[in-house]
Amino acid sequence: MMATIKQVCRHVRSKNAGPFWVTIDLFFDGPENYRRYADSSALGPELMQRLYGADPRLVRRYPVPKLHMVKISYARTSVQGGEVERDMHCGQQYVRLLDVELDV
Amino acid sequence: MPTEITRIDGPIRIFVPTGSLGAGAREEEIEEAIARGAHAIATDAGSTDSGAAYLALGISKNNRGSVKRDLTLLMKAAAKARIPLIVGSCGQAGGDANVDWTKAIALEVAAELGLRPRIAVLYSEQSKETLKARNAAGKIRALPPLGALDDATIDSCDHIVAVMGPEPYIAALEAGADIVLGGRTTDTAVLSCYALMKGAPAGASWHAAKVAECGAQCTTNPTAAAGVLISIDADGFEVQTLAPANHCNPHSVSAHMLYENSNPFLLAEPGGVLDVTEADYTALDPRRVRVTGSVWRPQPYTMKLEGAGRGRYQTLMLIGIQDPDILARVEEFHDKMLAALYERTRKTIGPAAGDFHISLRMYGWNAVSGDKPPPGTPAPREIGVLFVATADTQEMATQIAKACNPYFFHFPLDLDKELPSHAFAFSPADIERGPVYEFKLNHVIEVEDPLELVRTEWLDLRERP
Repeated sequence: MMATIKQVCRHVRSKNAGPFWVTIDLFFDGPENYRRYADSSALGPELMQRLYGADPRLVRRYPVPKLHMVKISYARTSVQGGEVERDMHCGQQYVRLLDVELDV
Repeated sequence: MPTEITRIDGPIRIFVPTGSLGAGAREEEIEEAIARGAHAIATDAGSTDSGAAYLALGISKNNRGSVKRDLTLLMKAAAKARIPLIVGSCGQAGGDANVDWTKAIALEVAAELGLRPRIAVLYSEQSKETLKARNAAGKIRALPPLGALDDATIDSCDHIVAVMGPEPYIAALEAGADIVLGGRTTDTAVLSCYALMKGAPAGASWHAAKVAECGAQCTTNPTAAAGVLISIDADGFEVQTLAPANHCNPHSVSAHMLYENSNPFLLAEPGGVLDVTEADYTALDPRRVRVTGSVWRPQPYTMKLEGAGRGRYQTLMLIGIQDPDILARVEEFHDKMLAALYERTRKTIGPAAGDFHISLRMYGWNAVSGDKPPPGTPAPREIGVLFVATADTQEMATQIAKACNPYFFHFPLDLDKELPSHAFAFSPADIERGPVYEFKLNHVIEVEDPLELVRTEWLDLRERP
């Protein structure tokens, strides 16, 4: 069964984790969708590479069962505040994830 | 089962009045925290999150008045209750200039209130010579994604700080400080130092500090409150809300470990790692959560280095566009205008422009991502176009903006029509933004003694006439 991230998460956010990393938190809407989609292959390093240009070797994924959430962190591709900065705190980066389809 | 030997008789209560000094401590919460027996007031005053400019320039992000207001409330409360006030990462970046800015405000407040505290000021800015020598001795190593440090990178920084742990604070408190004003420090070290000094278990002390680092952000209604009270005992810790209308629960408390942290279970600190994998969260009542099972794993002592330096210079211009014909073909318009601006710069300035860069950021369309929206995306009602020229000097960035000005102002969608006039927001149109500032270091330095890179200055106001 396919579902988009915004259909199965109650909250999604992104933020700098220090000047060199970005961290994304996907809070699923409950235990059922967490169990179903937390391990989805669509949430792999390739997704971060496609959406953010991230180096797949510098992508980390942490399921947190107690909170029904998955954290994905990746190394920033351009330095915070550099010449081409468009999102200083990376607080808007999560939006590109919302329509990503997850497979079971 | 207690996992650590502790030497405390009762809970150690730390009042965290706000997520960052100057954000707005609340008088009613201060009274409540003191009434509940707070043993110390501790707050962080900075972060790297808003960029490298604050370290590179030695300036605060907060306005002076709001920092003075919070310091006034907290210094008054601490003096009245005879408990220490601990502030870390002073002036946003915690460089020496940022610390001195905060110190001057604290001295002004003390004079106005007639207070005579003993103030310890902790500096952790590092000289380039020290760091080059330590690097040559193999004492500095890189954290991903950066590589090994070289002298040129050290030289490219305007200011470099070593991020302190709790030990310099503990030394200052044990020597009798009423107020500690620290340079750059981990948020958690500022909030855990008092409990660690009193012998509270390290796992609970560090975890409580992590939960409270942003003040009321670990509660269910963070806009209704500013601070929290953490209470560390031999078996764990409690988090308590202070504003009457605010609550916290196991979810709000446990979720904060995720915030601005790349790993949800581990937090690296100067002398070890906090591991919350097995932590257990229980609601005691709607305003109190109890946490047990936090583990501290000591490791060889390292201090993180933060270094900020300037890059090339930028000049900006801003226009608004409402023309529906342009907005219906906005990607085509963008690409044509950008090409025309590059050509115009090359023709009018030539090789003197150097390796310049121009970007056009279309706010209302795709400025944040820079990506092309999917086909079929409806045209926006209007957009703002931010022109950003980057060059080796401020003068050249501005010359490029001036050369581009008429094209940016009048660029048409179709060349056979009358030239439009896009809506400039300002005159003069070009705004000199200064250099970009970047963090250049993501490295740690090994030290034998947590105080060896820290300088402590004492201001004993009891001795003042």
